[in-house]
Amino acid sequence: MIGYLIRRILYAVPILVGVNLITFVLFFMVNTPDDMARAQLGAKQTTPAMIQAWKHEHGYDKPLFYNSSAKGIEQVTDTLFVRESFRLFLFDFGRSDANRDIAEDIKSRMGPSLSIALPTFLIALVTNITLALLLVLFRGSVFDLSMMIVAVMIMSVSGLFYIIAGQVLFSKIWHWVPISGYAEGWESIKFVLLPIAIGVFAGLGAGVRWYRSIFLEQVHQDYVRTARAKGLSEIAVLFRHILPNGMLPILTGVVVVIPSLFMGSLIMESFFGIPGLGSYTIDAINAQDFAIVKAMVFLGSVLYILGLILTDISYALFDPRVTL
Amino acid sequence: MLIILLHPTLFASVWNSPYPEREMKGNTLFGVFSSPPKHLDPVLSYNANEWHIIGQIYEPPLQYNYLKRPYQLEPLTLTSMPKITYLDMSGREVKKTDKTVAYTRYRLHFRNDIFYHEDPVFAKQQDGTLLYGALSNSMIEKLHSTSDLPIHATRHLQASDYAYAIKRMAVRQYHSPVLDTMMQYIVGLDQFSVQISKIAAETFRQHKKLDLRPYHIKGVQVQDNETLDIVIHGKYPQFLYWLSMYFFSPIPWEADLFYQQEGLKHKNLTLDTQPVGTGPYYLAVNNPNRRIVLKRNLHFHREYYPSLTPKEAESASIERQLLRDSGKQLPFIDKAVYTLEKENIPLWNKFLQGYYDASGISSEAFDQAIQIGTGGEMGLSDAMRKRGIRMLSSVSPSVFYMAFNMEDPVVGGYSPAKQKLRQAISIAQDQEEYIAIFMNGRGIAAQGPIPPGIFGYEKGKAGTDLYVYDWENGKRVRKNIETAKELLAQAGYPGGISMKTGKRLKLYYDTVATGPDDRALMEWRRKQFAKLGIDLVIRATDYNRFQEKVRKGKVQIFSWGWNADYPDPENFLFLLYGGNAVVDTNGSGINSTNYKNPEFDALFREIKTMDNTPQRLQKIEKMIKIAQKDAPWVWGVFPTSFTLLHGWFRNVSANAMANNTLKYKRIDVKQRLKQQIQWNQPVYAPLFWIVFIAAILILGMVRIYRKAQNVTLKRDEVQS
Amino acid sequence: MSLYLLWTDILVWLLVVVMATSFWRMMRSPLARERWYRIFHAKVAVASAIVLGFYVVIALSDSIHFKSTDSGYGNQIVSLLDMAMVHRKSTSERTYSAPFADHEYTRSIVTDEAQKKRVQRFLPLRYVQTGHFLRDTIEGLGTGILFAALLIGLHLWWRARSAHKHSPASELHSSIPWRTAYTVFALLSILLAWLYIMSFSYHVLGTDKVGGDLFYASLKSIRTGVLIGTLTTLVTLPLAVILGVSAGYFRGWVDDLIQYLYTTLSSIPGVLLIAAGVLMMQVMMESHPEWFASTLERSDLRLLFLIMILGVTSWTSLCRMLRAETLRIAQMDYVIAAQAFGVGRWRIMLRHIVPNLMHIILISVVLDFSGLVLAEAVLSYVGVGVDPTMYSWGNMINQARLEMAREPMVWWSLFSAFSFMFVLVLAANLFSDRVQQVLDPRSDA
Repeated sequence: MIGYLIRRILYAVPILVGVNLITFVLFFMVNTPDDMARAQLGAKQTTPAMIQAWKHEHGYDKPLFYNSSAKGIEQVTDTLFVRESFRLFLFDFGRSDANRDIAEDIKSRMGPSLSIALPTFLIALVTNITLALLLVLFRGSVFDLSMMIVAVMIMSVSGLFYIIAGQVLFSKIWHWVPISGYAEGWESIKFVLLPIAIGVFAGLGAGVRWYRSIFLEQVHQDYVRTARAKGLSEIAVLFRHILPNGMLPILTGVVVVIPSLFMGSLIMESFFGIPGLGSYTIDAINAQDFAIVKAMVFLGSVLYILGLILTDISYALFDPRVTL
Repeated sequence: MLIILLHPTLFASVWNSPYPEREMKGNTLFGVFSSPPKHLDPVLSYNANEWHIIGQIYEPPLQYNYLKRPYQLEPLTLTSMPKITYLDMSGREVKKTDKTVAYTRYRLHFRNDIFYHEDPVFAKQQDGTLLYGALSNSMIEKLHSTSDLPIHATRHLQASDYAYAIKRMAVRQYHSPVLDTMMQYIVGLDQFSVQISKIAAETFRQHKKLDLRPYHIKGVQVQDNETLDIVIHGKYPQFLYWLSMYFFSPIPWEADLFYQQEGLKHKNLTLDTQPVGTGPYYLAVNNPNRRIVLKRNLHFHREYYPSLTPKEAESASIERQLLRDSGKQLPFIDKAVYTLEKENIPLWNKFLQGYYDASGISSEAFDQAIQIGTGGEMGLSDAMRKRGIRMLSSVSPSVFYMAFNMEDPVVGGYSPAKQKLRQAISIAQDQEEYIAIFMNGRGIAAQGPIPPGIFGYEKGKAGTDLYVYDWENGKRVRKNIETAKELLAQAGYPGGISMKTGKRLKLYYDTVATGPDDRALMEWRRKQFAKLGIDLVIRATDYNRFQEKVRKGKVQIFSWGWNADYPDPENFLFLLYGGNAVVDTNGSGINSTNYKNPEFDALFREIKTMDNTPQRLQKIEKMIKIAQKDAPWVWGVFPTSFTLLHGWFRNVSANAMANNTLKYKRIDVKQRLKQQIQWNQPVYAPLFWIVFIAAILILGMVRIYRKAQNVTLKRDEVQS
Repeated sequence: MSLYLLWTDILVWLLVVVMATSFWRMMRSPLARERWYRIFHAKVAVASAIVLGFYVVIALSDSIHFKSTDSGYGNQIVSLLDMAMVHRKSTSERTYSAPFADHEYTRSIVTDEAQKKRVQRFLPLRYVQTGHFLRDTIEGLGTGILFAALLIGLHLWWRARSAHKHSPASELHSSIPWRTAYTVFALLSILLAWLYIMSFSYHVLGTDKVGGDLFYASLKSIRTGVLIGTLTTLVTLPLAVILGVSAGYFRGWVDDLIQYLYTTLSSIPGVLLIAAGVLMMQVMMESHPEWFASTLERSDLRLLFLIMILGVTSWTSLCRMLRAETLRIAQMDYVIAAQAFGVGRWRIMLRHIVPNLMHIILISVVLDFSGLVLAEAVLSYVGVGVDPTMYSWGNMINQARLEMAREPMVWWSLFSAFSFMFVLVLAANLFSDRVQQVLDPRSDA
């Protein structure tokens, strides 16, 4: 098991190098050191002399991949690519255009992101499974049919509509929650209530359909028929057989997204003014702050790979058929 | 769910307050900032949003009088206005009008009762060195902000602090945006900058701290603790305005050395995020992602709300209400909470709910807020008035324009044909429609580069661009499109078709476009050119790239704007001065349209050092006429800014030049609390409906299930 | 006036040709034909297919462009749809107006000549003829009914004629719920005809901030949405199929390499990768202004690049599925037998493996469609979507956000985008459900 884990983690290294290469190429094509300098200096009058000084100071006047003026191994290592990559691997993300330490910013923004993403994830999981179980219980009835139509309809609406409508209704007209904003600690509850509710609702359609199909697969299994034949009530069958057996595919399918919860939700956070990593990313894209975007790409990839590893582990732990 | 519902914050009388209760009940101002301030270090900061914050913390020698109009400077940390002496080459005093004037000396005499706010940077050991000058890494790791350090101290403001700030400006590595400008004026700054930058480079390479105290600039001399002499080349009366800008605020050497500690940079604790000043407030919380909190500086020196003579009050057309606190000691407000609001919508809604004390009017909210009075003037709508909201309007000292690149082979050049081409395009741009559609009428169609409120601006026929407008019956009327077509034909493009090539004239327009509104704007712009039969290709980019293109002169037509640094016509006319052309200055000039007219340039050099005399006015008029004929810009818009204020927010005067205005403002907390509660009662009915519907659904399901269960049971019975 | 195809036009017609030929080839196999007819046995599938058909026809009609050479307003490039909607394309009001309104929605400042003072009042709309509501409605409904009746009649006649033959095809044919098809078709035709006729005298969906007609904007947005939904697959499919099948079939280092490639790509958060791609493309386009001669071509080029970027970033999941399925199929007896007979590798892949992957490909294509349409809106919101000058639902929603804050609310912009988008995505979702149900062997039909 431990050996397997080490192998998996080692396997992640070349992937992260690849990610680095892609982002490096993409971003150095769009964001030349001149752009960075101009953004950092960001004043009314930026003179070329100032830009040159900034570039030299931050070492951005080095070549990209090959340093012909250096000697030996330094020809490859004393380049922007190697320097930037190494820094990323050490989680040293450098400074943003606003001259702030990105790693420090990311650290302080994870909390707000999680305070929305995690409850949304958990509540959605519980609601979706509950509703799916209900639908399975009433399968084939008018209730099931109409709910399935509602589910498709919920899926067919762009998430942006939910947010706009939710804000207008709950904040502007009914005065239930603040329109946007955030606070630390328990104060944050009133701010995150609406984003969480909208997040859960928007995911309801797809979620319920997926869980329902998983449970329905179980319904047709032989052991369920046997159980029912034994005279168990429908609810008992549901909770004693269908739910536990359905949990395995649900668990393994869900584990992969858990690390990515740290990344926050792009749209939700920027609409509700929540100072998390999602709005951090969006702001960075809009302000073309590439140092941040690069850091977020790297972080996102690390978390995704972590999710894959977790999935494998959860298979090993819960699926008796798999041994590592 | 139940726990969430029972949480005490939900039992407060309002549910939707974005602030904790204790903050709402205190003598606190609630404001906004629209983008995180990048730089709070006065050596770097050159941006209205940032100055709005540091203006309350740092104090340059001079300030603008809060109420007087036209804008007037007055001493802030000085005992009186600087004493100005003119010197010749050998340093002898001469008369102002003397031809031999080579230098001007400004003698600044500072007040001796000014202290910095309490801050750990001033904590010192017995030997005078900094107590926290060398923090260990483990100590830094525990810090959230500098104020977490236990011992705070303060000290007197000294003349040398101002000298220190100018020395910092000279260090290239600190990237001061005005260094290149100031080098032209302050004696010895250029040499000093070269030297000190070398020393700085060496010092930083060795990871040491740069202490500027031992170094001196020739033209900046500390006479004693309270006196500072600044000597500048020649005559430059506008220098006084510079002394009111934050580049010239005092920097205590303690703060500079303290924040050079390497470890603090990684905690985002630098002078760029933690200002140290003598102003009425200090920065208590700096979380640029969410909120910035200013608190009252308990050591703030005595300063009183300005008084005006009746005559002054009349010329400034000040409301009487604004004079109620005259002579009272400043400041009035204890704490100011600024929240990050990137978008207009939440800002506006929270303002209406009473959670912000003031707000601008976005174009979306315009109809709701403003109605036109019987005399045609803009006034508040009834809905606003009912809430006790007041309105403040002022023309900002800024200009938005569309410029031609005068170096461009198609639209540039100074031949009559090219002039006519640009004039034709100028006529076709219906600025009045632009202002009506995109600015809700909040602006004035510009006739030249100088906005209202600045010396040199003129009303009526004298202030009209007669190449674009006609003066009819005492009114400005834009020339009709036929005139423009005629001009275009004379320029060699009848109907928009080039006489030379027979092809349609195609022009390229660069603009910054990111928002959703921009599509409509670009479409409008295209239509204005289509009126003349000209094809307009729009190249929308981000601001960075746009700037780069303009700086390299790689544009044909583009839109830009300028916000005055100080209320003097020189600050606008220099945008058209040939010596500032970007193509000639390797991109560092400010004249991005590359306009170069020898006659204009000669006049500019003259008016630059003149006082505001009728002669100056005459010369400026002449310059504007020249520029109107050449038409390097399509004179765009002078925007008017409207601010809405709640009834409890008082002493707010529209002062476009002053930034340190928080100290004058006042808030009636009781009234605010009352109205917040009144305006934000939650609507309960939907809650009951939701519970009701959920109950019906559950009941229904239970019934269906019972029935189904019975059926299966029966079926089972039958089967068995 | 000459035909002038934009890049995306060429691609979309290429896609039509590709789809038509592959459809025609597939129909030659009785098994596939039977499957296809089975999809259409469900009423839902038929109805949603017809709705989708309407969208596709509008999108295609907006994908034939002409360059007008007359010197009226310069070299304008207009599509068939523009020509049909010319009464709403070239005329625009000054600002907001509600659906079917005859006055502007906001008051403007005007100088009252009689009273010699400035007043604020609701100005009448310039391009609206009121007073003929009933006449126009009757005309619109009549046209719709006539049009629907004509086409349905033609189809009935054709069905009756081919019914004699008693081929197995006609049996399958007759099991399609034609009555549903006719009803939906007739309803949609009548609705569209009514809206179209009314659009001559009214702004049926109101106008936007600068007075642009929203009905026209919504129709134009269809092309953007449909093109992003369909053309992206044109980019995705070759990548996914070639890489997926080679990985599954060749195994070894090829498999390792391809797996590495898609794991790396898919580990980068999608939006960020797209954003990076779009930003890069913007820079590229700026340094090559000679690539496009007009704003329209510029936005078209940007759409093209966006589609390519979406394609390049979204092939990974399909590729993974195809690889897994190929691994399975490659172990099947008939493949091993073919190998034993010495059939070439490429031939095996082409003849034996790819045809057996068709159902996965089809399912993923129809599933992705709705996702891509929704993604366009989000990307435009983030600022990395289509060009801001282009008509798209994303841009409309983005604009509408600001309008919802107005008091009183401007709701029709959001409403137009919402309903046009909702109907398309709903139809696509329902249709893809059915396709999945029929084609996926694992689903219990």
